[in-house]
Formats: sequence, structure tokens, C-alpha cells
Amino acid sequence: MSQVAETATPTEDDATYDGLRLRGVTKSFGSFNAVTDLDLDIPRGSFFALLGPSGCGKTTTLRMVAGLETPTAGTITLAGQDITYARPYRRPVNTVFQNYALFPHLDIFENVAFGLKRRKVKGIEEKVREMLDLVELDTQARKRPAQLSGGQQQRVALARALINEPEVLLLDEPLGALDLKLRRAMQIELKRIQTDVGLTFVHVTHDQEEAMTMADTVAVMNLGVIEQMGAPQDLYENPETTFVANFLGQSNLIEGAIKSRSADIVVADMNGIDVSIPAGRSHTDGDRGWIGIRPEKVLIGDPGEQLDAPGNSVPGGVVTDVSFVGVSTQYLVRMPWGQELQVFQQNTGHRRLYRTGESVDLSWRPEYAFLLDISQDASAGADQVDD
Amino acid sequence: MTSTAGTAPVAVTDVAPPADNGRSRGPGAYLLIIPGLAWLLLFFVIPFYSLVATSLYDPSGSDLRGYDMTYHVANYWTALSDYWGPLLRSLLYGAIATLFCLVLGYVLAYTIAFKVGRWKNLMLVLVIAPFFTSFLLRTLSWKLILADDGYVVDLLQTLHLLGDDGRLLATPFAVVAGLTYNFLPFMVLPLFASIDKIDHRLIEASSDLYANSFVGFWKVTWPLSLPGVVSGTLLTFIPAVGDYINQTLLGTPNQRMIGTVIQSQFTDANNYPIAAALSMMLMVLILVMVLFYVRKAGTEELL
Repeated sequence: MSQVAETATPTEDDATYDGLRLRGVTKSFGSFNAVTDLDLDIPRGSFFALLGPSGCGKTTTLRMVAGLETPTAGTITLAGQDITYARPYRRPVNTVFQNYALFPHLDIFENVAFGLKRRKVKGIEEKVREMLDLVELDTQARKRPAQLSGGQQQRVALARALINEPEVLLLDEPLGALDLKLRRAMQIELKRIQTDVGLTFVHVTHDQEEAMTMADTVAVMNLGVIEQMGAPQDLYENPETTFVANFLGQSNLIEGAIKSRSADIVVADMNGIDVSIPAGRSHTDGDRGWIGIRPEKVLIGDPGEQLDAPGNSVPGGVVTDVSFVGVSTQYLVRMPWGQELQVFQQNTGHRRLYRTGESVDLSWRPEYAFLLDISQDASAGADQVDD
Repeated sequence: MTSTAGTAPVAVTDVAPPADNGRSRGPGAYLLIIPGLAWLLLFFVIPFYSLVATSLYDPSGSDLRGYDMTYHVANYWTALSDYWGPLLRSLLYGAIATLFCLVLGYVLAYTIAFKVGRWKNLMLVLVIAPFFTSFLLRTLSWKLILADDGYVVDLLQTLHLLGDDGRLLATPFAVVAGLTYNFLPFMVLPLFASIDKIDHRLIEASSDLYANSFVGFWKVTWPLSLPGVVSGTLLTFIPAVGDYINQTLLGTPNQRMIGTVIQSQFTDANNYPIAAALSMMLMVLILVMVLFYVRKAGTEELL
């Protein structure tokens, strides 16, 4: 409890930080902790994505920033100001809601003007026109929300929030209801608008591709805590937990015993085969670990063939499944120790296709491998990739 | 110009004749409305015709000697000049009772819809529960509640809010209170239906957009509940204006409402033409007011 009390008072450092900062934020609903002791720094002007499966606490976190939920413990500061307990209508924060929450009794113009009118801003007419121009809805100003398509409604919701020029714009799965093609178009649009206006965007989503294509920084959230945070490519290339390894893309995780550790390399015994992992990609201190490798980093070849991957070579595989998906071919390869590994091979035309039942060797460059803690569940996050 | 001329034929081909999305209407569809039409004819058109005809009979007739149809339009003038007082009083009492119902009913409906959680259904049953006893019986029990030696009068006299010989029964207050009580459920139920449908996230959105709870109520909750307000006020106002039981049991003959007058003209005075003319006037008056009101409230879809 004393720790909570300590974290609950903003420090001097918090007062000078100009972004959005969460410290020790916990939200409990009865005995269930939706968010547990969350620390988060979101720099001003960044496009930040909170990524996680349903029920991981990402929406609760967003609602606490918006003021629609009050944290059980912890503080939220925005540009140095403590807003933990500020009423939602007193925060310089606006939200694009998951279902858009457009006012059905008001037309598009009035929906967009709602925030400005409450703050009695001058020149509303002109500002709304400009904003409707930005989202290309200037011809729809006098229509009701129900008369617009899903994509148009989404843009109204965005305009209604953006026009207030909030310090932070919160986006709660705003593209979830759109079909794939429109979603791609809106992702690019959102990114463009964020670059244009330079506001801080906090985007909550369960779609890993969406998070990676749009955000500068992605925080992967699971069971109320942040598993890992960083630039999309860092998260993908160097996951620190099995959940991140499986939730962001796919991973082969193979159990291994650590044989030696040096300053820059860790050598592990993987079912009788020595493999090495860069020390910077090793995330466990134990004597056993999960050796991880992305399927597209694994090379597949005939037995004994010299593959362009000195280092980790794994012989003795048998192809058990082949899926041809156009740009690539996805193999399942059963290894001598019984585990099936995934291999994605680009269809460049230089390599031949293998058939089910053929014997193959696998290989990967050591710098692509990563090492994770053996105590973590190797299948965590794997079945939650998409809704 | 050439470019627009070039695109014009394309635009024309784009505008395909609208596909007939309506389901084909065979004779079966029309057969289905026959029971409804028959019901309307039997219980509305024929009685209505009879009422219009009666209002134009020769007023010198009686139900013993029979009436002659003389198109005596002056019946209306006689009825109006004799009974404009009760007519105005009815509109006034009805309006006041409707206003009270709206205030009480809105608070109640809002609470049931948003605040009571899992008690919602129980609360709704409690709102409807009075309907299980007869209208007459409930109004009679108000007579006991407001009686001169009843608890309410005693209490008000103790608090010196009512003079020693002051009374509640046989006052306009008692009539309006009775009307308010009896028609409150007709206000609560449509209001509840309307408020319960309001998406809570819209209220959250309003607070996210700088509206405090008071402003949020007036800009979001209230306009979205307007259909319930309109239907609730209509369901309360229309029967309240024409009601005669509350006035008869709780009021005095000095402050008659139009319902009481019509009832006594039909049954006691046997003056059918005047009673019919009064009924017609009341109906037209209410119809005009309702049309005007609904137009004003912008909820034409209710009609």
C-alpha cells in the first residue's frame, strides 16, 4: 500500500514532462484487475498504439485517460498537469469512440460543432467547414449520421474529436467496424491527418497489422500489464516475451538448454544441436529457454544442401504440410524431436517447392534468433491473433 | 465543356431505373387489412357518424318523442356559450396534470432506465401494478386519503400549511392530483421506452466533448427522449381533458369539467344534441392541439 501511495503523488519530473504519463495506474472492478500498476510515457506528437487481445485492459486504460473511468490507484499527468481525477469535460482530451457515438438527433455539422459550442469558441461556422473539408465531408454537412456510410461516419467521429484540437486524441478501435479495404484506406488517412496536425494520437486496437503500420510506438498489452513497448520493427524482430512473439506475427519456439554465455553470444543446446543467439536478443537468465525464430527467417533446403545461413543448421526435418499462398509458400516441418516448425518461403522462383513427405534441412542466421524465458507459456497469444 | 459533355452519357447510364425492392403485393396482402377495416367501420366510423348526426338534431326533441334531423348547427353555438367555462377548465386541469405527470414521470422513468440496474423490471411492474385494481376504486381511495379528517389534511393543518377549516377534498387541487395520479403510468411507460433506448455512450461522448452533466442532459438525453415526451404527454393529456370520474369524485359541481357536463347531458338531462355537439367540439379541439403540438415538437413520425 505504501508503494501505491508513493507512486500516487506526481513527482517534479512528472511536472516537466510534456507528454501523457501514467504512473502506477491500477483499475479494479470488484476483485478483477483490468489494469495493474501501469507505467506509460507517451511523448507529445507521437502516434502511439496500445495493442492487445480483447479484455487485456487497453480500452480501460483509454477510458481512464479520457476520464470516463477513475483509476483505483496511480496518477495520470498530461503536459505536467495531474488529470487523474479531472472530469472528462475538463480534460484537453477527445475520443473517437469504437461505435463512433455520433449524436443521431443532430446533423453532421452540429455533431462536429458540438465541442466548440460547449466551449463557446468564436468562428464555429468557419472552423467546422474547414474540418469537414479535411475529412472530405463538406457536401454532407446537413445530413444525419444515419444517412452516411460506415466510413463517412468514422470520418465524422474523427472530425468531431479533432476540431477541438485536443492535447491527446484517443482512438478506441475506430476502424473495427469497417471492411478490410476501407480500413486500409482509413489507416493511411489517419496517419496523414496525424502528420498534418501533429497531435498526440493514442490508438487502441487488437489488430497487430494496424498497430504496426500506423504507430511510431506500439505497446503490447496483455492481462492488464504492458508486455513490451517499442518501435514496431523492434517489437517484431526482438520480442521479449512469448506473448509478444506469438501475438505480433508468428514464431517458432523451441525448448533449449543454455550451454554457455559470453559477452555477445549465448549458445544453447536445442535437442542435440548447438544454436547461438545474440546476447542482446536473450531475455532470460535461466539455464533453459525458448529459442525463437520467425517462420520467414527459416530457410528450407534438401538434406546436406549448403544453405546461405552459416551458424544454426537443423537437419532431419520432414515436410508434413504445404500451403501455397501466392507470394509465399508455408511449410510445416516435423523435426526429429517431434515438434512441427513453420517455414515461410518467398516464391522468388529461385527455390523449388517441396512436397509433403520430403526430407529437408532447416537453417537460420543466428542474428535472427531470440531467446525467451522458459517459464512463459509457449502458446501465449497464439490463438488470439485475430478476432 | 467538352469534358462534361463527354461524361454526360456515362452519368446517364449510371442512373439505372430503381429496382423494385418492394415485395410484390398480391391480393393476399389486401385481404389481411380487412379485419382491421371492419373493426374501424364498426367501432369508429358508425359511432362517429351517429355522433355527428346527433349533434345536428333538432334540440326540442327528446328520447321519448324522438329527434328530427334538422341540421341544427346552432347546437354548437348553444353548447359553446353555455359550457365554455367547463371546456376551458378541462383544458387547464388537463394541462396542469400533464405537466405534473411529465416532471414526476421523467424523473421516475430516467431513474428506472439508468439508475436502478437489476431492479428495472421490478420497478416497471410497480408502475403498472395500480392497473390491477379498478380505476374507480383507486379514485375512491383518493377520496379517503384527502378526506377532511384524513391524515394528509391533519398533517397539513398541524404544519399550518392548511387553515383549521381548510380542506383538500372538493378543491381543484384534489381533481388535478387525482388526474396526475391516474394518468402517471401512461406518461412513465412511453418515457421509459424512449429513455431506455438511449445509448449510454452518447452521454459519455457529450461529456468527452466538454458538456457537463447538466448541458449533456439538455443537449443529448432530453432531445433523444422527445418521442417519449410527446407520446407520453398525448397519452396523458387527451384522456385527462375528457375525464369525468376524478372531477365527480374529488371535485365539486361548481368546478365541472367538460367530461362531467357531457356525461350529465347524455344521462341526466337527456339532451343528446348538446352532449353530442360538446363531444364533437372537444374532439376537434384536442385533434387540432395535438396536430399543432406534434408539428411543433418535430416528431411527425409519431402520427
